[in-house]
Amino acid sequence: MRLEPITDPSIARRLGFPFAALCTTFLIASLLAMIAGGNPFSVLGLILKGAFGSQFAILETLNRATPLIFTGLAVAVAFRAKFWNIGAEAQLYAGALLTVLLGTGALPWPSAALLPVLAVAAILAGAVLLLGPAILKTRFGVDEVVTTLLFNFIFLLFISMLLEGPLKDPMGMGWPKSERLIAEARLPRIAEGLRLHWGFGLAILSAVMIWIIQTRSTLGYEMRAVGLNRQAAAFAGIPVNRVLLKTALLSGGLAALAGFSEVAGVKASLTLDLSPGYGYTGIIVAMLALLNPLGVVVAALFVAGIFVGADSMSRAADVPTYLADMMLAIALLLMVLAIMLTRFRIVRD
Amino acid sequence: MEIVEILFTASFWAAAIRIASPLIFATLGEVICERVGVLNLGIEGIMVAGAFAGWMAVYSGTGLWIGVGVAMVVGMVFGLLHSTLTVPFGLSQHVVGLGVTLLATSSTYYAYRLALPEVTTPPKIDAFQPLEIPFLSDIPMLGEALFSQTPLTYLAFILVGIVSFVLYRTPLGLAVRAAGENPNAVAAQGLSVTAIRMGAVMVGSGFMAVGGAFLTMSAFDSFFFEMVNGRGWICIALVVFGSWRPGKALLGAVLFAAFDALQIRVQQTSFGTLVPYQIFLMVPYILSILALVIMSRRAEVPAALMVPFNKGER
Repeated sequence: MRLEPITDPSIARRLGFPFAALCTTFLIASLLAMIAGGNPFSVLGLILKGAFGSQFAILETLNRATPLIFTGLAVAVAFRAKFWNIGAEAQLYAGALLTVLLGTGALPWPSAALLPVLAVAAILAGAVLLLGPAILKTRFGVDEVVTTLLFNFIFLLFISMLLEGPLKDPMGMGWPKSERLIAEARLPRIAEGLRLHWGFGLAILSAVMIWIIQTRSTLGYEMRAVGLNRQAAAFAGIPVNRVLLKTALLSGGLAALAGFSEVAGVKASLTLDLSPGYGYTGIIVAMLALLNPLGVVVAALFVAGIFVGADSMSRAADVPTYLADMMLAIALLLMVLAIMLTRFRIVRD
Repeated sequence: MEIVEILFTASFWAAAIRIASPLIFATLGEVICERVGVLNLGIEGIMVAGAFAGWMAVYSGTGLWIGVGVAMVVGMVFGLLHSTLTVPFGLSQHVVGLGVTLLATSSTYYAYRLALPEVTTPPKIDAFQPLEIPFLSDIPMLGEALFSQTPLTYLAFILVGIVSFVLYRTPLGLAVRAAGENPNAVAAQGLSVTAIRMGAVMVGSGFMAVGGAFLTMSAFDSFFFEMVNGRGWICIALVVFGSWRPGKALLGAVLFAAFDALQIRVQQTSFGTLVPYQIFLMVPYILSILALVIMSRRAEVPAALMVPFNKGER
């Protein structure tokens, strides 16, 4: 067999394959639920109900989607330029670390001054963290996939060291956790009595800003050109390495905002279980969104919904929650296949 | 001074060889995949799946070697998935690899929870025991370090020899290497690049799974979540360090494992207790990055690595 490019794919083709990918994912998930002894229809229903069935459920899904929007954007921005940042997990913790360092009393300022400073500090921390692998790539040609992956392990050990050493909360009953943020460093809720903080608003704002950068700015054009064909971009006079470094800074900063928003909006202190793999899940979010920043918001809601729904489904139907992770991995693989099939036709020899 | 003494004990080198064994299997598997032109980032998840599959098989009553076979087959199934998506369909090897890792890991955890829903402490199996090779194990130092290991460790070393021989001395090996260097030349010989690449990725993935199974069936005797803990990613670095050659990869794995064994021992010395233990745990990852930086400059990367082959396309 051979793949033949389609010059002008029809709308039906462009929507049909991704839709089929999602349907197949749900089909496989039903079969997996049956293996676990659950009724496939009720399992999927329970996931849906658990994710969107009540105001509480919806708010929980929005809360869970917030860090995923940030990490999804981080991955989408990087992958668009074919810079494979798999280190969003470490960058998230870098952002959280700076939030805790400056937000536990070091800067006794009012919220209006403190919160922006914390956010900027977090962005800088994440950006600097990714600068290392980016420079190793542009200078020495070291593959960034491996370095960013290994950085995740190194940085988490570093955080663990701080939490058991200088950052350890003396009132923490021996648990490795940091002191709590001061009240001024907490992100306020969007509406009184609603369990949703302004981190979500910041996430939406970031998605729109990234969309504007990608579609309306020179940098966005350069990042796309570098991603499509590095040699051609260089030939056209685009400073490829500098664009890659800028992409890395942007990507690392976005991932770090996830850490800022989780600490300042939800947890109030830093622990080693701040993120259950939001950095890695960001890859799934970005791919499901076809690397489109606005699509990231939708994909993050979908992914968060599956996680939140699977939690409540697991309690009700006694099917392991890992079903959610499997569904997302299957969705990821089928989606990349579907995207390819929208642009290529399979021809028999 | 304590550190120098450590280097001259047989138990230190025995530990280094033991730590190296899963890395040798998995690195060898990755070398085969990359030699044929396919970067297999599924390695981390495939090792998790292999660790569970082999252990689970033995736990449910099969023999140890059957367990190794089961792990191999499970690895090959994930290799088939990976290579189907990356070879004939030519999808991004980065994304598919990470997807396979996510799928292999999550399906392993799902299967574990289904098989053992209630357990809090993971059950144990009767794992491989050290097998002393007659005469050879009596050699001072070397005997204890090299010839008092478990059978799986011997298998790892033997496999390196076999893979080297096949790669460099047989027509099959030539086809494999050519598929990763110049697939058009392979196609011009009337061979199927797709078949060679898919076959190699499946075999390589099988080896990765056996590397994972070493952890549950030889190094330890039960399965824990997070037990692979980045070893797969370290193997990707070891492939570069070993310039895509089985023998050099073996050397790299042993060298790396020696450092790892050393840091475990230094932790227990009077100097080691002054340093936070996390610093020592970081050492393997930092070493991997350093190895990459040093070797990337003179890397002999397979020319067609990560380049999909679409017949008839120039």
